[in-house]
Amino acid sequence: MSLLEIENLKLSIGDTPILKDIDLTLETGEVMGLVGESGSGKSMTALTVMQLLPHAAKASGRVTFDGIDILAAPEDAMNRLRGDDIGMVFQEPMTALNPVKTIGEQVAEGIRWHTGASRANAEARARAILDRVGLPERQFPLTRYPHELSGGQRQRVVIAIACALKPKLLIADEPTTALDVVLQAQILELLRDLVQEDRMGLLLISHDLAVVTDMADRVTIMRHGEVMETGETARTLSQQKHPYTRQLAEASVHVPDRRTKAGTDAEPLLQVTGAEKDYPIRRTSLFGPPRHFRAVDGVSFSLAPGQSKALVGRSGCGKSTLARMILALDHPTGGSIRFDGTELTGRTEAELKPSRRNMQVVFQDPYGSFNPRHKVERLVAEPLHLLEPQPSPADRRDRVAQALVDVGMSPADMDKYPHEFSGGQRQRLSIARAVITRPRLIVADEPVSALDVSIRAQILDLFADLNQRLGVAYLFITHDLTVARAITDQVLVMHEGRIVEEGDTNRVFDNPRSDAARALVEAAPDLERAIARRLAAAQ
Amino acid sequence: MTAFILKRLGIGLATLVLASIVVFAVMEILPGDPAQLMLGFNATEDALQALRNEMGLNDPVLWRYFAWVGGMLIGDFGNSYTYSSPVIELIGERAIVSLPLAVISLILSTLIAIPVGMFAAARRGSVADTSVMGVTQLGVAIPNFWFALLLIYLFAVWLRLVPAGGFPGWSGGIWPGVRSLLLPAVALALPQAAILARVTRSAMLEVLGEDYIRTARAKGMPRRVVLWRHALRNALIPVLTIMGLQFAFLLAGTIIIENVFYLPGLGRLVFQAITQRDLIVVEGVVMLLVASVVIVNLAVDLTYALVDPRLRARA
Repeated sequence: MSLLEIENLKLSIGDTPILKDIDLTLETGEVMGLVGESGSGKSMTALTVMQLLPHAAKASGRVTFDGIDILAAPEDAMNRLRGDDIGMVFQEPMTALNPVKTIGEQVAEGIRWHTGASRANAEARARAILDRVGLPERQFPLTRYPHELSGGQRQRVVIAIACALKPKLLIADEPTTALDVVLQAQILELLRDLVQEDRMGLLLISHDLAVVTDMADRVTIMRHGEVMETGETARTLSQQKHPYTRQLAEASVHVPDRRTKAGTDAEPLLQVTGAEKDYPIRRTSLFGPPRHFRAVDGVSFSLAPGQSKALVGRSGCGKSTLARMILALDHPTGGSIRFDGTELTGRTEAELKPSRRNMQVVFQDPYGSFNPRHKVERLVAEPLHLLEPQPSPADRRDRVAQALVDVGMSPADMDKYPHEFSGGQRQRLSIARAVITRPRLIVADEPVSALDVSIRAQILDLFADLNQRLGVAYLFITHDLTVARAITDQVLVMHEGRIVEEGDTNRVFDNPRSDAARALVEAAPDLERAIARRLAAAQ
Repeated sequence: MTAFILKRLGIGLATLVLASIVVFAVMEILPGDPAQLMLGFNATEDALQALRNEMGLNDPVLWRYFAWVGGMLIGDFGNSYTYSSPVIELIGERAIVSLPLAVISLILSTLIAIPVGMFAAARRGSVADTSVMGVTQLGVAIPNFWFALLLIYLFAVWLRLVPAGGFPGWSGGIWPGVRSLLLPAVALALPQAAILARVTRSAMLEVLGEDYIRTARAKGMPRRVVLWRHALRNALIPVLTIMGLQFAFLLAGTIIIENVFYLPGLGRLVFQAITQRDLIVVEGVVMLLVASVVIVNLAVDLTYALVDPRLRARA
């Protein structure tokens, strides 16, 4: 008998079918990777095992854990299993912990609840597991509150909660998606070690094939609530028998077809010289001098017209602050930023207007960057107010139509509302909004990291195509080296506010010289290398 | 934390100063001559003038303002024209009725509202939730004097459990006093509880959708336990805000209930003072109420910091 057996699991919420005949088994001590794009039903499968489904959800079929019929188990029985025999780690560490309770309370709570241990005893055990997940007492006493911890540290606390009682099964739902690659590698390694130490079964849910290949003994690939393929990881991903598996694997290593731009002898489009940005830190003493945190520290680089440059680095390295200064959304503390021959620093909003029309931005989240009450026409036309003279209403519609065609959508879409589009389509809309003024530079801040791999491949193609056709230059801010390789010629590696390495994207990533670049490259999941490692291990 | 408290105190003080200027200015503008009111319309001009001089009504405005504020600082709120006794004594006599009444009402309303709000939130969309929320809707809508009359009829006239009105004072012991405050406290508390329960419910619903509630459930704790241990404290901030506002209202806005139950409270004092143009009393009571609102808000702010460690860090 397997530790976890799912047979013919069907799930619907209201009248909407979510899962169709899911079959899945997991042995003690085994790592099962559950892969799929958003809406494929991976998280719902996990929540069914936990019986933490939304109220309206109805499940049928058979789910047995350790011989217990989960779907028929009363709530009391489930409460005994949750947190004791089944632990769960969630995606978003920033919100997974109760902000008003100390980390010690939150880890000890489950221990006390299940074992009836005394407070002192439970706290001692909480201390031990926090030490184990890499939060030593000196820096992380039990009295710390979640807001005093970074995202990676909070995820370690969540893992400590899930593993405190050495569960037989650990479910990790996209445990590293919200973290940068270096943290991701650390957290995955921690999970792997914990699972091995206590022979836990691990159900690892991820949209990232490379991550799953590195971690899992077997994989189950899901799509639209159905299992497409299941099997041993090395074989499944090296043979790629199932068309969907092949499609996923190809999409995740997709490199758009594009010619590299050489023309660096031209006058640079963007010239950043010694840019600095200080942020005030909250004073610790009422009378001490005000203190500052230097987010960007003496950054200089240039970008040629039509060039595509990546800005990579870990979370909090200053990438986004630098981008905001280039977009003149934030004033630099020092240094100069010249765009198209014009100095941007110290200008008034009116003086910036001509420059603004030549630079546009695409943000990460295609859901949050549109006002849901406005139609596409109005949303895409937003940057047109920068034009002088103002286009006539008919001209506006023409321009919106053209921008929509540019990004592969139909002019008829302009009378729809944002909610009528999928995530990928919305990201196309935000690109349409960026190209409508025919800018010479687009700053793209993690423009594909919220997208599924197949959509991501299409959007990267679109970026490449616009680069070729319109000659627009890109500054691509990303923590994903695969994306940087796919779409850029040059790369800037940023670390603690400074540019620590720059050069040709492929050369820098193949042969990183700075510690920061090396750490990124080593931590970055890479599907081809992961498959090769799996195959080597299997032989 | 010290900086936080100092800053709050500073804001509170500034509020008081501003309020004193506004109160004084309004009283200056109001028509009606206190001297005339006291002596009646048959008084001679000489007598009026003498009284005005005695009361300082002929002094320059600024001088009178500072004399008034300075007096309040040392506890001298002046003398009432109509009662011929120091304002501070009048306020003191009334506060020993109003303050316990407000405190009892607030305790009652909190004890009712928080469990009811949590109960409804935990059973969102169920028949229980809908009916409880229907009752609170009724509670918000019903005027409290009508409800008070109902209570008097039921508990005082019919069941004869408590007196129908009046206040015996505290000299006869605590119980007779509390007994006569019970019905008015209930009449005041229930509408407040209805509002507070709705606030609690919506704050809880928001919190119950948070990720950390799911984390807590994944630890194996039943919903009920998660509700009390994890959700309540996070939902408290909006609830505390409303409680602060309600306490200020209960202290001063109880004139109708005081009249229905014939209680000698601050509300009636202020009402009588206004109708008789006893400006000194009005000014004194208003300043006292402003001060109590400032103090209550300060207490609420400090409680925020107790409830939420993030506010402590920012403070």
